[in-house]
Amino acid sequence: MEEEKEVMEEREVKERVVEIEHPLPCLTESDTQGIIKGRDLFGYVGIEAVLDQMRRKTMKAGFEFNIMVVGQSGLGKSTLVNTLFKSKVSRKSCTPNYEEKISKTVQLQSVSHIIEEKGVKMKLTVVDTPGFGDQINNENCWEPIVKYVNEQYEKYLKEELNVNRKRRIPDTRVHCCVYFLPATGHWLRPIDVEFMRRLGKIVSIVPVIAKADTLTLEERLEFKQRIRQDLQANGIRVYPQNEYDEDTEDRILNDKIRENIPFAVVGTDKEHQVNGNKVLGRKTKWGIIEVENVAHCEFAHLRDLLIRSHLQDLKDVTHNIHYETYRVKRLNESNANGQALSPLNRENGTLEKSDAESHL
Amino acid sequence: LPVPVELRNFSLYRRLSRTCRFNSFCDLKILFLQVWFKLKMSQAEKLKQGQFTNPETPGYVGFANLPNQVHRKSVKKGFEFTLMVVGESGLGKSTLINSLFLTDLYPERVIPGAAEKIERTVQIEASTVEIEERGVKLRLTVVDTPGYGDAINSQDCFNTIIAYIDDQFERYLHDESGLNRRHIVDNRVHCCFYFISPLGHGLKPLDVQFMKAIHNKVNVVPVIAKADTLTLRERERLKRRILDEIDEHGIKIYHLPDAESDEDEDFKEQTRILKASIPFAVVGSNQQIEAKGKKVRGRLYPWGVVEVENPEHNDFLKLRTMLITHMQDLQEVTQDLHYENFRSERLKRGGRKGPEPEEMDKDIILQEKEAELRRMQEMIAKMQAQMQKQGDE
Repeated sequence: MEEEKEVMEEREVKERVVEIEHPLPCLTESDTQGIIKGRDLFGYVGIEAVLDQMRRKTMKAGFEFNIMVVGQSGLGKSTLVNTLFKSKVSRKSCTPNYEEKISKTVQLQSVSHIIEEKGVKMKLTVVDTPGFGDQINNENCWEPIVKYVNEQYEKYLKEELNVNRKRRIPDTRVHCCVYFLPATGHWLRPIDVEFMRRLGKIVSIVPVIAKADTLTLEERLEFKQRIRQDLQANGIRVYPQNEYDEDTEDRILNDKIRENIPFAVVGTDKEHQVNGNKVLGRKTKWGIIEVENVAHCEFAHLRDLLIRSHLQDLKDVTHNIHYETYRVKRLNESNANGQALSPLNRENGTLEKSDAESHL
Repeated sequence: LPVPVELRNFSLYRRLSRTCRFNSFCDLKILFLQVWFKLKMSQAEKLKQGQFTNPETPGYVGFANLPNQVHRKSVKKGFEFTLMVVGESGLGKSTLINSLFLTDLYPERVIPGAAEKIERTVQIEASTVEIEERGVKLRLTVVDTPGYGDAINSQDCFNTIIAYIDDQFERYLHDESGLNRRHIVDNRVHCCFYFISPLGHGLKPLDVQFMKAIHNKVNVVPVIAKADTLTLRERERLKRRILDEIDEHGIKIYHLPDAESDEDEDFKEQTRILKASIPFAVVGSNQQIEAKGKKVRGRLYPWGVVEVENPEHNDFLKLRTMLITHMQDLQEVTQDLHYENFRSERLKRGGRKGPEPEEMDKDIILQEKEAELRRMQEMIAKMQAQMQKQGDE
């Protein structure tokens, strides 16, 4: 008798277990979405179907990603962006006299493209910054860039505070700022420290070592270590920041990244033949530097970080943290003035007065 | 041969033999001597080869032996050369100097961090080393300028450097006009290597301003640093760009003298190649790497080895050849052109601390100059008289 009971219990348990496994094949079919059979309700709610719905919606709507590249002129910023997205998205390719002169940017320029991969559309905006740091007197050369970033936040804020706001607020906020460091091999230069300190408070910075084909592997390691020390000593927080790790999984992943920043990258858009394969690389008399070979440079890591694993995280950090900080600051300012939202004064941006007044 | 005064310092001797390795430097030093020899020969009348050794030949006076004597004396005296290196930090200046002269000029080097760099102004550090090779002594002074271009505002960073150059000229002028002119130490800057960053589209505004400020005081040789960042095509493009910008801004860089028509073809060809490669794109290194079975100086990358002494990889050999074969010329230009300019400016200003006399009439200026000349001549006559008196006593 006891044996029989046990066997019955086992069978019940088995049945239950089996039932729970059943619903999966039914729900992935789009026809049976609304139809939930009676026995499937037992122990299964269907929350995971949300993922599918989300995926479908976002695929229809598309993504937006705004990336800003900052660095001295001649560090290969435009080339790197082209290499990252495997298409000619930077301003270098959009100017008419592309081959003749690699012209220097004079003002902040943003170029938008819509690139598509496997049905996923992405509106990519690359903000190219003028080659700052070239002049003899470089004081306050970071101001145009800081101003631009704050202006984007301001635009979004205004849209948000609007009474009749749009369903999808166009997001022009800078999600990621890639900061290019010249490969000197010594320490961070004072201008880099100043720049990153100011930018790090308002946007997520990802520092990279540009034109890293001038450093041997030992020099590269030493240089990275020194940069990390410098960043810590100056209180500059780069992405991914320690404080925003949500759980241990994230922390492990981000720790690995943090040990390797700044990434030493080499960019190019030319292809060469190596061992019968076509690879992106730079050909010199002493060898071919393959861009996507992890033994040569860390471009692949940077690409994975920016696009394959942390793209959504970058957007979230920008929206939840940097934008919120800005918003709080602005609303406090206007509260102090006793008005709904005071017009943006000259330091933070240059919005016209009429814009501000229309929203009061 | 009696040991000259400078070398009685035996610790120096020991340091020489320890720090210097003269393998490939030798050949070029010999080349230098050959060229120098030829220059001296062409100044004297050229006689046929046989007449040197046969004193009985009619019409042989013997002054064709002069170059030998000059040569021997100079070798005994030794050569002095001051080289200044200017450029942003991290461009490989110290490595290049060490590679050029096969020494370690900075044994206890500490590279300062960014925080210290913010407060620093440009400093001048001169280090002297005596190199000897096959009996020929060279007293090399390398003037380094750490802190150049580091600060955020580099407006005044080169004032220190110009002040240093002027100071050396001033000192030489003072020594030259002094009483005891036997042992004038020549610390004037004979050549300045200006390092241009390879990342970038040519010359930066700071580069242009600096070169314009010193091109009348010192021989400027522009050098493209860390040339292993560039592919061949990029290198050509950058060189052309830099030469265009130099022309555009009217910067007078040091031009190699053309080979005289009586030199042999090899030398002419070499000079032509050197002239075509300015500015030199160099890579420096003192590490020995194994490449293709032999040991070379170079940099080891995962994708290959950049050999320092391979003319296809970079222009290091050309730079070294230029420096060595034209060391004498660099010194001469410094003496005849830059120093004379400085001297005339200085003497024109003289004791007058007022504004520049450009508004004054030309005649008045001429008169003043003549008065100065007369005064100087009187002073010299007086000094000569004094020396004669001392000699007699």
